[in-house]
Amino acid sequence: MGEVKKHETPLMDDLKSGPWPSFVDDIYNYAEKKKKQACFDIMGQMELSYKNRETHWKHGGIVGVFGYGGGVIGRYSDQQEMFPSIWAFHTVRVNQPAAKWYHSSALRKLCDMWDHRGSGIVNFHGSTGDIILLGTVTEQLEYIFYDLGHQLKMDLGGSGSNLRTPECCMGMSRCEWSCIDTQDIIYELTMAFQDELHRPAFPYKFKIKVSGCPNDCVAAIARSDFSVIGTWRDKIKIDQDAVRAYVGGELKPNAGAHSDRDWGPFDIKKEVIDLCPTKCMFWDEGQKKLYINDAECNRCMHCINVMPEALWPGDDRGAVILMGAKAPILDGAQLSTVIIPFMKLEPPYDNLKNLLYKVWDYWMEHGKNRERLGETIQRIGLNRFIVDVLGLKPLPQHVKEPRSNPYIFWKEEEVEGGWTRDVAEFRKRHPA
Amino acid sequence: MSERPERPDPIYSQPYDPTLAEKLYNPQKPMENRVTDIGPPHYWQFLPPVIQRNYGKWKSHEILQPGVIKYKSQTGEVVYAVRCGTPRLESTDYVREICEIADKYCDGYVRWTTRNNVEFHVTDEEKLRALLEDLKGRKMPGGSYKYPVGGTGASVTNIVHTQGWIHCHTPATDASGVVKAIMDELFEYFQSHKLPAQVRLALACCLNMCGAVHCSDIAVVGIHRKPPLVEDERLEKVCEIPLVIASCPLGAIKPATVEVGGEKRKSVRVNVDRCMFCGNCYTMCPAMPISDGEGDGLALVVGGKVSNRITPPTFSKVVIPFIPNEPPRWPTTVKWIKKILEIYSQNARKYERVGDWIQRIGWERFFELTDIPFTWHLIDDYRLAYDTYRTSVHFKFTSHVETVTEFE
Ligand code: HEM
Ligand code: HEM
Ligand code: SF4
Ligand code: SF4
Ligand code: SF4
Ligand code: SF4
Repeated sequence: MGEVKKHETPLMDDLKSGPWPSFVDDIYNYAEKKKKQACFDIMGQMELSYKNRETHWKHGGIVGVFGYGGGVIGRYSDQQEMFPSIWAFHTVRVNQPAAKWYHSSALRKLCDMWDHRGSGIVNFHGSTGDIILLGTVTEQLEYIFYDLGHQLKMDLGGSGSNLRTPECCMGMSRCEWSCIDTQDIIYELTMAFQDELHRPAFPYKFKIKVSGCPNDCVAAIARSDFSVIGTWRDKIKIDQDAVRAYVGGELKPNAGAHSDRDWGPFDIKKEVIDLCPTKCMFWDEGQKKLYINDAECNRCMHCINVMPEALWPGDDRGAVILMGAKAPILDGAQLSTVIIPFMKLEPPYDNLKNLLYKVWDYWMEHGKNRERLGETIQRIGLNRFIVDVLGLKPLPQHVKEPRSNPYIFWKEEEVEGGWTRDVAEFRKRHPA
Repeated sequence: MSERPERPDPIYSQPYDPTLAEKLYNPQKPMENRVTDIGPPHYWQFLPPVIQRNYGKWKSHEILQPGVIKYKSQTGEVVYAVRCGTPRLESTDYVREICEIADKYCDGYVRWTTRNNVEFHVTDEEKLRALLEDLKGRKMPGGSYKYPVGGTGASVTNIVHTQGWIHCHTPATDASGVVKAIMDELFEYFQSHKLPAQVRLALACCLNMCGAVHCSDIAVVGIHRKPPLVEDERLEKVCEIPLVIASCPLGAIKPATVEVGGEKRKSVRVNVDRCMFCGNCYTMCPAMPISDGEGDGLALVVGGKVSNRITPPTFSKVVIPFIPNEPPRWPTTVKWIKKILEIYSQNARKYERVGDWIQRIGWERFFELTDIPFTWHLIDDYRLAYDTYRTSVHFKFTSHVETVTEFE
């Protein structure tokens, strides 16, 4: 590699100081060591953006690998003369292993590949979950794909109007509250839906995320068209000795999450019983015993979060299936809405796959171009989506409250005698 | 259940061959040697043996100090997870250094969290101490920590964020630089447990919001404030006019025939009074650029959350409609975020998330306590705006209310 051309970047350099890890320092370090022109140029172009307060990337650009409709985002600089080595700076999305566990042997090999074929700049991870490899040229794309498939046993993630890379919380690998095997579910679904992931055939993007409990650490309810959230429907498990240990101050509430401030001694009444949203808990001071009226619990996780040594989700475990979340573009943001209050999830998760196929069949036929599932549901009505499309029973769990207007679209078959009437007959009873 | 490979695939211990792909890929016959649809590597091979042994058997956990969580299994085994912040935008060398640490203390295993933190796992306290000592000493040349430990419990953990000026074509602000500026200022909250509850920050550099910013305790959103430009010479050639028209959620775009250099061209016109600067037209049509150094900037939204704990998940609400871009350190944005965080910290009760606290005291009190000016921009006039009107006489007389005596 020949001489590299460096750019003056006083504004970027300012971001080297301060305690938080500096990406500027890191990228420059790497650029110097590897003599990477692309890294100097990207810093140079960012400096220009910092000066102008505008981006210097051209609009889009369609590139990809043979046979796939996504996984690569095309990107071209609008300062080709000043920054020739980043004239093309495409992004490659690589499907992450479920819950983002790795072994260094795999990571190192991926890094070696990216040093050789790209800028050496990465995101661990993109907000959908993929490993993001930032910055390569069109000619390298097929080789990158071959390296991924042959040497790394990895594959591209989703982009465009298709299934996006599914993602989950760490679930059973480390969390005692996971009511479902989030990683296995995500792996199974990702493998089952490779075609949907790689070849856009949907009206718009479609995201699946799986959290093991209502804490929803992967933000499924806010970010995915299809949200799976683990839950249970029997009783919260209680270890009364441990509850007494919390009350006695031997155990730290909320696993020690509040350790750097004096909040006074733990008060089970104030901190648990009174904060329970359904007021279904009772602490018997005399007996030193905790009672939960489980039928009234809405499984918010608060008491379990506060006393992790004493309380656990019950044993009859499954998941709530919700659908329709999306970011604000265009009609405003939506959270997912409950569709199936309780579904058992056991390998190979055929019930879940069948549900997804049913939703996709309908959405692919009736969804408008660039209409997210949540918008389709709103357009046709949640009631029709649940009853007519999915063939499910309408339940009070589907709504926060029933409608307040009586503007109901009655169906003809529901009305005695139907809608065909004879006006002459009417006038016989009611002369005009 | 899918078959579980016990150990990392042996292919990973073979060195990378930079010449192999050139031998396998034949542009004339693209199907030759093509491996497709293999999906991600199986997760099980990357789980440390202690995690494999205790998968689904965890009993409880305890945060020993900010950034260090001890997990106890029903089998009696324990594992310590050490959580470190990362810049997310980083070099392969940064990832290699993570590998080196993982090799030294964790038999090579490592994991990333949803919020761009990296986690190392050890099984004995001695290794834990050594690991923490080691991490503390790793710094960038400019002095920043490479792997600061924290982000657990009642802290500000790492910021979920998007691409910004390093990679995207629609941003109204940068991402990584703003995040760095914010986290430098809030660093003590990353490394301590002194807040009333966890505070989740997020940043999206435009309204597309790649990231869950719309449900965060405090979040930054890039916004445009000038209507798109219309490049009459190019538009017809590079855009599908009906799609452009349909892309506008407010029907602000109309077809038009214009004259360019004496020639009639098909183009569009934007009714600027209807435009809400969402940028969706530019997403559909490169001949309608919207970015502008003066027009673009940031909005702050607060009070959202994802967890179902105590109260249901909620959207964040706009509290500051616009702050100009001030690279490289965005001082005004950082100042307001810190102020909101600290007022919250002083006033909220234990376990109260930012949004729960505001619900209890009322938005009018929130604006009074934080000194954030309340302007007309904050009153919703988009779809479903009615849901946000105050349709009761339940409010507090904060300093905002002037008694009306005369009214002309
Ligand atoms: C051309 C510009 C764009 C770039 C460079 C870009 C880049 C990205 C990247 C790298 C991710 C993370 C992907 C992953 O983890 O797999 C992402 C996610 C996302 N993008 Fe974009 N994106 C662009 C345009 C858009 C548009 C036009 C929309 C919406 C209309 C959008 C909405 C989102 C959302 C909602 C997410 C993920 C949110 C989540 O899963 O939490 N992006 N984007
Ligand atoms: C056993 C207890 C818990 C474990 C092991 C756990 C684990 C995690 C982990 C590893 C993350 C990713 C963290 C990061 O990226 O920095 C996370 C994120 C999160 N956790 Fe938890 N968590 C626990 C309890 C809770 C509790 C009690 C709540 C809520 C009250 C909660 C809500 C969340 C939320 C909302 C996120 C962020 C999701 C996102 O926006 O990406 N978690 N959790
Ligand atoms: S969502 Fe629940 S099960 Fe999953 S990591 Fe978070 S707390 Fe654990
Ligand atoms: S999980 Fe929530 S609703 Fe259920 S008992 Fe505990 S605090 Fe109450
Ligand atoms: S939030 Fe907007 S500007 Fe930022 S990366 Fe996503 S699409 Fe691009
Ligand atoms: S920016 Fe949005 S509102 Fe304005 S013209 Fe474009 S699409 Fe319409």
